[in-house]
Amino acid sequence: MTTLTPVLTANWDRPDSFTLPGYGGDYKAARKALGMEPDAVIQAVKDSGLRGRGGAGFPTGMKWGFIPQGDGKPHYLVVNADESEPGTCKDIPTMMANPHALVEGVIIASYAIRANQAFIYVRGEVLHVIRRLHAAVREAYAAGFLGRDILGSGYDLELVVHSGAGAYICGEETALLDSLEGYRGQPRLKPPFPAVAGLYACPTVINNVESIASVPSIIANGAEWFAGMGTEKSAGFGIFSLSGHVTRPGQYEAPLGITLRELLDMAGGIRAGHRLKFWTPGGSSTPIFTEEHLDVPLDFESVGAKGSMLGTRALQIFDETTCVVRAVMRWTEFYAHESCGKCTPCREGTYWLKQVLKRLEKGQGTEEDLTTITDIADNILGRSFCALGDGATSPIHSSVKHFRDEYLKHFEIGGCPFDHAPSTVWGAK
Amino acid sequence: MSGEPTSGRSDRPKDADVRGASEEGSATVSAGYAPEVRERLERDAKEIIGRYPKARSALLPLLHLVQSVDGYVSDAGHEFCAEMLGLSKAEVVGVSTFYTMYKREPMGDYHVGVCVNTLCAVMGGDQIWDELSEHVGVGHDETTPDGKVSLERLECNAACDFAPVMMVNWEFFDNQTPESAKQLVDDLRDGKDVSPTRGPKKLCTFKEASRVLSGLPDDLAGDGPSAAGPSLEGLKIAKANGWKAPEA
Repeated sequence: MTTLTPVLTANWDRPDSFTLPGYGGDYKAARKALGMEPDAVIQAVKDSGLRGRGGAGFPTGMKWGFIPQGDGKPHYLVVNADESEPGTCKDIPTMMANPHALVEGVIIASYAIRANQAFIYVRGEVLHVIRRLHAAVREAYAAGFLGRDILGSGYDLELVVHSGAGAYICGEETALLDSLEGYRGQPRLKPPFPAVAGLYACPTVINNVESIASVPSIIANGAEWFAGMGTEKSAGFGIFSLSGHVTRPGQYEAPLGITLRELLDMAGGIRAGHRLKFWTPGGSSTPIFTEEHLDVPLDFESVGAKGSMLGTRALQIFDETTCVVRAVMRWTEFYAHESCGKCTPCREGTYWLKQVLKRLEKGQGTEEDLTTITDIADNILGRSFCALGDGATSPIHSSVKHFRDEYLKHFEIGGCPFDHAPSTVWGAK
Repeated sequence: MSGEPTSGRSDRPKDADVRGASEEGSATVSAGYAPEVRERLERDAKEIIGRYPKARSALLPLLHLVQSVDGYVSDAGHEFCAEMLGLSKAEVVGVSTFYTMYKREPMGDYHVGVCVNTLCAVMGGDQIWDELSEHVGVGHDETTPDGKVSLERLECNAACDFAPVMMVNWEFFDNQTPESAKQLVDDLRDGKDVSPTRGPKKLCTFKEASRVLSGLPDDLAGDGPSAAGPSLEGLKIAKANGWKAPEA
C-alpha cells in the first residue's frame, strides 16, 4: 500500500506556516546550495529525477542545464504560478500556506542557472495568495536571503511578484513571457526555446511552482532521498488534488505512482450511495478515465500508456449523476473562451466545437455530429500553435470513445437524459 | 431586491475620479486625472516601473493600478499607462482588452464571481449562478444600479476541492450554496462586514484589491488561516496514520 508523504504540505496545519518562523526560519537548503558550485546544484536536481510539476513532466535539471553559460547575457528564472487548468488547485494552496518553500527554491534555481533576476508570475484572481507571496518575499529580503550579496556569498538576486490579469493562455510558458513583457499573452513560435531566447530574448528557465518548491527538499535531503520515492522514471512526491463527488476532497501529497483507488480509500471513497463514472487524471486537458482505470499508477509513463496524461494530478471525480456531454460542453466553452486567437485551428476549431456540442447537449444533434466533432478535434490536435488547442480535444476524443452511447441517448430522446440537481452538493442529501 | 438590470449604469458618473480632458480646455493626456490623483498615480507608477529590467513589463501592473483609482480601466487610465511607458494608446488598449480582469466599464464595489467551469458547475455552481443572477437582477459583467455589486461568470479559480466556489474581489468564498450566495450579496449591499473563507478578516473593495494586484500590497497577509478544510485533508490522514516522507 502506498502511503502519503507530506513534504510541501507538512507544515500547513501551523497557523503561521506562511511566515519565515513557521517555515523553519533558516533557508538551510539555500545556504547549502550557495556553498556549492552552480553546476553541482543542477546535477543534484538532475540526479533526483525531478520532472516538471506543471503538467508536461520535462526533467527540471535538464531544463536548467540548457541555459548557456558564459554568454554574457542576463539570465532569468520565471516561476509559472498561473495555475488555471480546470481542476488544478495545488499551487494556490501551496503559495497560500507555504510561500517560503517557493522563495527558497527560487534562490536555489536562480543561483544554479546564474540568474540575478527572478519573477513569480501569479494569476491575478487569488488576492490573498498574492499578499502572502509579497509578504514572504519581503521577509526574505529583510533576512538577507534576497538582494545583494546573499548571506555573504557574493551572489545577488532580485525577485519580483507579478500579477497576471485573467488569461488561461498565460500558463503556456511563451505566452507567459509575452505577458510578462507587457504584451497580449500569446504563445511564441518555438524554436528558439526560452532557454536560448526567453524573457527579453535572454536565456530563461520557466518552472512550475511545485517544481521549484520541491527543490529545497532535494538540496537539503539529497537527490537519492527524492529519487527513493515514486517510480524509476517518475521520481519523488507530488500533490494530488481530489475534487468533485468524493467524500473528502482535498490535497493529498503522495509518491508518484499511487493509484486513484488508493487515494479514494484515503478520501472516504465516492460520496455515499454513488459510484465513480469518469475522472480526469490531470486537469481537463487530459483525456478522461473511467472506473476501469482505478488501478493505473499515477505516474507519467503509466497514465500515458493508458491514453491519457498525468498532467497536474488534478483528479476531478464525477459520479453516475453527471452528464458527460454537459461536462464536455462546459470544458469546450472554456477552451473557446480562453483561445488566444493567434492560430486558426484553435480559434475556429474551439468555436465550432462549442456550437455543435451545445446542439448535442440539447438533444438537437444527429449521429453525424459525433463525426463532426471528432473531425474538428482531429484538425486541432497537432495543428495548433500551442498545447491549448491540443488540450481542447482531450475531452472530445475521450468522451466519444468511452461514452458514445450517452451522446446518442441525447438525440434519441431529444434532450439531456439527466436531471442535474442530484449532481450538486446539496442534491445528494 | 430591485430588479433593474444594468440600464441604471448609464445614470452613474462613469469617471468618478476622472475629469474629462475637455473640462481643462486642453487635449493633453495628462488632463485626465485631477492633479492630486495624477501625482499619486505617477509616484506609484514610477515605483512599480523601477522593479523591472524593461519598463513595458510594468504595463499589466499599471493597468491594475489605474483600475484601483477608477474601478475599471478608463480612457484616462489607458492614456496614463501609455504616457508612463512611452507607448501609444492603441498599444495599451490592445493589451488591456486581452485580459478579462481589466474591466471596460465600472464594476461594483464588490465584484462577485461564480465559478461555472465544469466541476463547480456540476457541484452546484450553475444553480448558484442562476439563482444569484435572478436575485440581484444583473447578468455577466453587469453592475447593480447602486454600483455596489457586479457579477461575473468565472472560469476555474483553482479551488476545486472547495466546490462550489465564489470569489468576491478575488477573495475565496468556498463551499457555497444558492442561499449562502444570496445572503452574501445581500450583506454586501447592506454594507455589512463580510469575511472571505481564506483571506483577510474584512473584505477589501474592488479598488483596494486592484491596488494589491498592481504590486502595492496592503498589510493583510497575516490575516486568515494558513490552510483550511480540504487543503489539510491529506495531512490530517497522514498524521493520524503516522505516515511521513522517508528520513533523509
